[in-house]
Formats: sequence, structure tokens, C-alpha cells
Amino acid sequence: MTFMVLQGSFELGIIYAIMALGVFISFRTLNMPDLSVDGSFVLGAAVSAVMSSNGHPFLSLGIAFLAGCGAGCITALLHTKLKIQPLLAGILTMLALYSLNLKVMGGRANIPLMNKATVFNVLEKTALGDYSKLIFSLAVLLLMLLLLFLFLNTRLGFVLRATGDNDHMVRALGVNTDSVILMGLALSNGLVALSGALIAQSQSFVDVGMGIGMVVIGLASVIIGEVVFGTKTLLRRLIAVVLGSILYRLIIAFALEIGMPPTDLKLVSAVIVALAMAMPIIKKRLSVVKRKLTVTHHERSK
Amino acid sequence: MKKRLAVIISALMTLTLVFSLTACAPNKVADTSKPSVAKKKIGIVQIVEHPSLNTIRESLIKELQAKGFKDGENITIDYQNAQGDQTNLKTIAQKFASNKYDLIVAIATPSAQAVVNETKDIPILFSACTDPLGSGLVTNMEKPGANVTGTSDAVSAEKIMGLAKRITPDIKRIGAIYNSSETNSVSVINNLKDYAKKNNMSVVEATVTNSSDVQQSVTSLVGKVDAIFSPIDNTVASAMPVVTQVANKAKLPVYVGADSMVKDGGLATYGINYDVLGKETGDMAVEILNGKKAGDIPVKTMKDMDIYLNKSTAKEIGINFSDDVLKSATQVFGN
Repeated sequence: MTFMVLQGSFELGIIYAIMALGVFISFRTLNMPDLSVDGSFVLGAAVSAVMSSNGHPFLSLGIAFLAGCGAGCITALLHTKLKIQPLLAGILTMLALYSLNLKVMGGRANIPLMNKATVFNVLEKTALGDYSKLIFSLAVLLLMLLLLFLFLNTRLGFVLRATGDNDHMVRALGVNTDSVILMGLALSNGLVALSGALIAQSQSFVDVGMGIGMVVIGLASVIIGEVVFGTKTLLRRLIAVVLGSILYRLIIAFALEIGMPPTDLKLVSAVIVALAMAMPIIKKRLSVVKRKLTVTHHERSK
Repeated sequence: MKKRLAVIISALMTLTLVFSLTACAPNKVADTSKPSVAKKKIGIVQIVEHPSLNTIRESLIKELQAKGFKDGENITIDYQNAQGDQTNLKTIAQKFASNKYDLIVAIATPSAQAVVNETKDIPILFSACTDPLGSGLVTNMEKPGANVTGTSDAVSAEKIMGLAKRITPDIKRIGAIYNSSETNSVSVINNLKDYAKKNNMSVVEATVTNSSDVQQSVTSLVGKVDAIFSPIDNTVASAMPVVTQVANKAKLPVYVGADSMVKDGGLATYGINYDVLGKETGDMAVEILNGKKAGDIPVKTMKDMDIYLNKSTAKEIGINFSDDVLKSATQVFGN
């Protein structure tokens, strides 16, 4: 692998890690499969691109985050107030966002940001130079990681994690789980949209179809991280998500390196996620088989 | 208290979302004028907003006007864009067919395929279809016969590579980046492979499925190739800025299939002038509106190609265009 491929994989891995943290909140802490990610990713990118075209690249990151929060709220309200299943609520939001994203983009399916001020080409003129993407993305990621870690350790954060584990118990304690879910999904989709905004800035274009399969990429990152780096403490879990995202990019770069057609990459991602999801079951079966073997072995030796 | 706070916060966030939508919402340009009986109705369907396709549409409408067909006076133009969504194409095609329009103009191959399946009697005029035979739009280029004819924007990989040889004579390994699900790209890439075989060059392929794959795919070519080639590929055209970014950093020349891709940072093309393509399509539209049968008009392939160059990109990667290359260029972008 050339240095450029490595650098590119790290840049992408770091930016997508912010999205993976969002997916981690919905899937792992809230235990809700939220598919609105595919839409809110593009929403963040679209908001950011439109604002950058008008000369506010840095401000656009914050607004993109808030827009993502709004999208997350809609999914949460569909689920909590209208009692629509989480999976379907996410799909509905994703579908609606497709049209909304086109609206944001002024009816165009594609906005190039060539020769417009983006966060990165502003920073490239400073001392950061060639490494501006890497450094700035990493700074944003670490800030998000820190805030998320601090938040999940507050009372409210504990309630959020408990809601995912056992919402009946949390409700029995007199907490309104609806507003907890609302907050969790807003935060999750805010992070996803922020990641989309950074991607738009980094590749200098937005395309309405760029969010397809994002949720799987996020999930793959979360799971690869868990399998490789473990889930002992909260901090370790969060860092595992980030490393998982970078590792995912490296896996793809490697697959391209050995000449695998990118058309197969989505299949590979799906297989990775399915295998990792089935890990507990596979381990259980294996241990049963092992026990049987040892028992029979034991009986024979009698 | 907490609940109220949550409600307020969520309301604020939703407001932000709504605000960001309305703030950026474009001014609606809806065609609500009721067509009178005498006016001929023309439906234009376009797969996606993209500079080349927009140019075709604009110059087609201009040509119609020049030949005496003015929107809102003696014709009504209903322009619909599918925003890259195949299902929308179907809906638009059905709308055009059921309203019995007098002429349907379909821009780009997918639009044409959708319309051709919808009507067998309304005249259909396609534009910017790279391979009308291979896409099943017509069975004969000279005498289409049925209700379909149009203009093709087939580019020749050979011509583009010929230009590439003039600018960067030492290239041996060509990285081809394209979306393998776009028939228009595949035909040009096959053409490129034939050319490479004859001129003992090698082709390294990197296919993409979505504009978000492009960055990693282009990066994977770095170090393996001396130049990058992309046909008129809608996916790559959408992601041109990032192709340019990666290629410029690696000092690789990017040869492309369309002038708009040069404008977005590609180094050079020997390709179609979409303005002329639109004008030619407009002339065919005029013939049909004046009563000629679409099937009697041969499909037109552009004979004259134009050279487009990008000086800014050349500067970035340290290439100087020779004087004779510059002289033969129709347009030079950048400075």
C-alpha cells in the first residue's frame, strides 16, 4: 500500500468514525435499529455544501449537526408518539429525507464545491498544509468523543444506556423513556449529519445518492471495533468504534489493492456484519460441541 | 420539567431542520399555464441535473425559439427532471404518454429507455445516448423506422487517447475509472481496451457503484498508473471534484469524456460540444413538429469533436500544453 492510500484511508476512516459513533448510540446504547442514517448523512452534507457555497464553511458544520438532530427527532417521534416500529420509522424518515435533501440542494442532485471555500482548503493555507484534513477531522472527532464520553457518564447518560438495556425498568423508575429516546436519536443523527458535512467538505461535492448503505458501513465499523478491540469499559468501546471505522477503510483499500471489484465490497460488508452479529450464537454452539467432545472423550477413557 | 425541556429542545431542533429547508428552498418554477388547444405540447425528460445535460436542454430550447417555436406562444414545454431516480422516470414517462404530448424529448439513455417503453405512437427524440443500438432504443441507425430517433454523444476513446499521447507522450499504464452499470461507459471502456492492446499499453480498471466510492477507487489507482481515463460516466462526473483532488496530489493527468468534466478539473478531452449536440437535436425537433415522421430521420452521431483543456490542472500537476495543442483547443478552462 502506498503512503497516499494509507493517508486517504485514515482521513476517511476518521471522518466516518463520527458517523459510526452516531450509529453506536442508536444501535448499541438505545438498542434501536435506526435506518434514518442514510438520509441524515446526506442532509448534513447538503446543508453544509449550500452554506459553504455562501461562504460559511465552519458555521455550516454546526448547523448540519442541528439539522441532523431534527431528522433524528422525527424518527423518534414517529416511533414514540405514533407507535411505529423503530425499523419502519427510520425507513420512513430516510425516504422523506431524500426529497428534503433535494430541496435543501435547490433541486439539484449534485453540488460541486470546486473553487468554493471549504473548511479544508481554508486550513490548507495555514501551517497544517497537506495534513489539514487529517488533523482537523481528528480534532473534531476527538472533541465529539470527549463530549460523548462525558455525556454518557452523566445521570442522563446512564438513563440513556439503561433505556436501551431495559426500558420497562427505566419506566418503572418514573423516567419518561420517550424523551430519552428522542434525545438519543437526535444526538445520534446529529453526529451522522456532522460526518456527512465533513465528507462533503473533504471531497468538495455533494451527491444526493451518497448516503446509500451508510448505516451498514457504520454498523460494520462498530462491530469490527468490538470484535478486535473489545468492549470492557465505555471509553474502550468508544475508542473501538473509531478504530473499527479506520480498520474498515483499510480493509476496503486492501480489497481494492488486490484487485477485488468494488461492486463486491457491499457484499463483503454485509457478510462481515452478519458474521459479527452472529458471534455470540457461534461461540455458544462451539462450546456445546466442545463440551460434547470432552464428555465423550471422558466416557471413553473410563 | 424535564419532559417540557425535552419537548422544547425537540421543537427547536425540528424548527432548525425546517428552517434550513425553507431557507435553501429554490424558487419554484412551475409551469401552470393552461395549454390552449392550438399549442403543441413538448415534454422534456432529463435523468439528472448535470452540466452537460443542462447545456443540451438549454441549447435545444434556444434552437426551437430561433426556428419560430417559442415556449408559451405556439408551443408549451413541460420540463421534468427525475433527479437521478429511475422510478421518477417511469412516472414522468407515463404522464407524458397519457397526456398525449406531441413530442417527447428524452435526455440521456435512462430517460430514453423509460419513454420508449411507454409509448409507441408519440414521436420520441433522444439526446446524449452514447450507444442507441446497444441500449435498445433503435434497431437501425440510418432508418430507425418506428417513432424514435435522436442524437448520440458517442466519444471515441481512441481520439481521447490520441490527444493524451500528444500531451503526455510517456504514458503506458491507463487507470480506467467508471461505473460498470452504465452502458454508455462500458462501450467506451471496451473501445479503450482495444486501443491499449494495439498500442501495447495496459489498462487498470477501477469500477465504482456510487459517488461515495469514487475517492477510494481513484486512490487505489495511484502508483499503479501513469494517467487516469474516465468516459462520459454520470457517477464519475458527479464526483469529479474528488477525482481531481486525488489525481492532482499524485500528479496524474486525468483524461475525460466530456467538456463539463474538464471544467470540473479534468486535464483534457477530445469530445462532444454539448451546445452543438443540443442545437442538432433542436433541429430534429423542428422537423418533427413540422410533420416529418421520427422514424424517417436517421440517428445523428457527432462527427466533429472538440478539444477542451484545463490550464489550472496542468499547472497543478506540472504539465505544459504545447502551442499546437493549445491552438487546436476549442476552449481552455482555468488560468
